[in-house]
Amino acid sequence: MTALLEVNDLHVGYGKVEAVRGVSMSIQPGQIVTVIGPNGAGKTTMLSALMGLLPSRGTIRYEGQDLQRLDVEERVQRKLCLVPEKRELFGEMSVADNLLLGAYSRRYKSSDFQERLAAVYEQFPRLAERRRQQANTLSGGERQMLALGRALMSQPRLLLLDEPSLGLAPLIVREIFQIIASLRKAGVSILLVEQNARAALETADYGYVLETGEIAHHGPAQELLQDPRLMTAYLGGAA
Amino acid sequence: MTAEIALILGVDGIATGAIYVLVALGIVLIFSVTRVVFVPFGDLAAFTALTLAALQSGQLPGTVWLVAVVAGLTLLAEAARLVRSGRARKIPSFAAVYFVLPMIPVLLCIALAQTDMPMAIEVILAVLLVLPLGPLLNRLAFRPIADAPVLVLLIVAVALHFALAGLGLIFFGPEGFRTEPLSDAIYEIGGTVVSAQAMLVVLASVVFMGLLYLFFEFTHTGKALRATAVNRVGARLMGIRPTVTGDVAFLLASLLAGVAGVLIGPITSIYYDSGFLFGLKAFVGAIIGGLVSYPITALGALFVGLLESYASFWNSAFKEVVIFSFLIPVLLWRSISAASHEEEEEEE
Ligand SMILES: Nc1ncnc2c1ncn2[C@@H]1O[C@H](COP(=O)(O)OP(=O)(O)OP(=O)(O)O)[C@@H](O)[C@H]1O
Ligand SMILES: [Mg+2]
Repeated sequence: MTALLEVNDLHVGYGKVEAVRGVSMSIQPGQIVTVIGPNGAGKTTMLSALMGLLPSRGTIRYEGQDLQRLDVEERVQRKLCLVPEKRELFGEMSVADNLLLGAYSRRYKSSDFQERLAAVYEQFPRLAERRRQQANTLSGGERQMLALGRALMSQPRLLLLDEPSLGLAPLIVREIFQIIASLRKAGVSILLVEQNARAALETADYGYVLETGEIAHHGPAQELLQDPRLMTAYLGGAA
Repeated sequence: MTAEIALILGVDGIATGAIYVLVALGIVLIFSVTRVVFVPFGDLAAFTALTLAALQSGQLPGTVWLVAVVAGLTLLAEAARLVRSGRARKIPSFAAVYFVLPMIPVLLCIALAQTDMPMAIEVILAVLLVLPLGPLLNRLAFRPIADAPVLVLLIVAVALHFALAGLGLIFFGPEGFRTEPLSDAIYEIGGTVVSAQAMLVVLASVVFMGLLYLFFEFTHTGKALRATAVNRVGARLMGIRPTVTGDVAFLLASLLAGVAGVLIGPITSIYYDSGFLFGLKAFVGAIIGGLVSYPITALGALFVGLLESYASFWNSAFKEVVIFSFLIPVLLWRSISAASHEEEEEEE
């Protein structure tokens, strides 16, 4: 089976400082892969490079194609989609317009588009209630939902999620992880960056631990969950 | 000043103001989508008026050479860029849109200029000729430095204005021209005379404002333009290309400039460099709107027109001084409200 995403020896830097140093990883179709690690490890930097927002060295193959030759918009066109750490919503536009623009890279064939919109509203009833509200007046949690909903409107094949549970109440965190798990059933592969290491590993198939720009550990998520070293470092002691 | 004079000046001011509204909206449109303060914007309006004047006197307007030169330079620059980045295969499609398309009105004009055309055709031809200049200048001058700070973009815009004024002098000559009024009819309304020309001006700006509103509110492209203005990174992540939305913004703005040029031509004599002052006055309106708000910009530009009209009655030599001194309180108010705005954002 060929990997959906195959990253080899990726280096990303800000000026002279390298924030990601020789990262290699792969994602199989239909997999959820998580990347965990302390603050400043380079997780966000890595996702930005995968999306083409930052220049990088090393190879990135997506569906067998070399991504380094494509710019951000061309990667979006190939159904790669990033929900960035800062969300980057269209603050002065309505919830409905944000979702509409999420589908910009797809055809607005009306029935198809309406179906997706209905599905997103069904998944996030809060957004449906607030469809006329401006995005920058949403609560923190509602913004996360909008960011995720907007990403889903583009029918991604590989979804890059940067801390989707950031700042959410525990109940909603559970909901978000359920949605992530349900996306896999719908055939979406996911690269999940999370601080919430336990929940991420419980949802994921495979995990990588990033430390100061390098992969420190990796393995099937279940194994990482049992690993006593990780337990103490990231998972808050013995469970 | 009697009430009657005040009324006449008011009508006059509204008519001029309505033209400033079109130009100011174009300036805001370009700035919000591309962050470029497009100084040569008034030049586009002036060139349209000069083009129309030439067509009306049965001469070939210098605009055809201007457009040909700019389109040629743009094609060369972009082709070089594409070859360097290993995308030479994209040259033909670029040439089709950015060279062949602008050359169609040019050729049309060369074929038709000496013939006797109805006024409507002349107007359309003049606007079509100037239309491509916006997107072309965007590609030529601003695309290569799209990520530069606003100040650098502004400096380039100023340089571009001088380059355009120079080309304007070469292609249009130093004489001033006035175009024929679109209509000579005069009506009496509420005790004051109103020319059909003035009513046409107001009507045109209202119609174009309405179209702009519909475009932004109800079309996908319009929403993509707004998205680019609100959040460029967010837009890119949705697959919206800021270069493309930038071109669309420049194209729409060119249209507004063209219409403004057609409308101002009969009101005042236009020279190759009239555009600068013209743009600057509209810019005052745009500043009132903080370079973001379309409705406040429109009100601001209308106000500038009225101010100019009354100021020229009291002391015609000082009317520009009055308008530009008005910038000082506006800028003060702007910087105060901007400061409180930033505090709000920091709290987020
Ligand atoms: N624009 C920038 N310029 C310079 N250094 C940067 C820039 N952005 C990030 N860095 C540095 O790169 C390193 C990695 O940052 P990054 O945001 O990728 O970490 P992260 O793993 O996502 O952390 P967190 O969990 O806190 O989100 C950090 O040391 C950070 O200070
Ligand atoms: Mg991060």
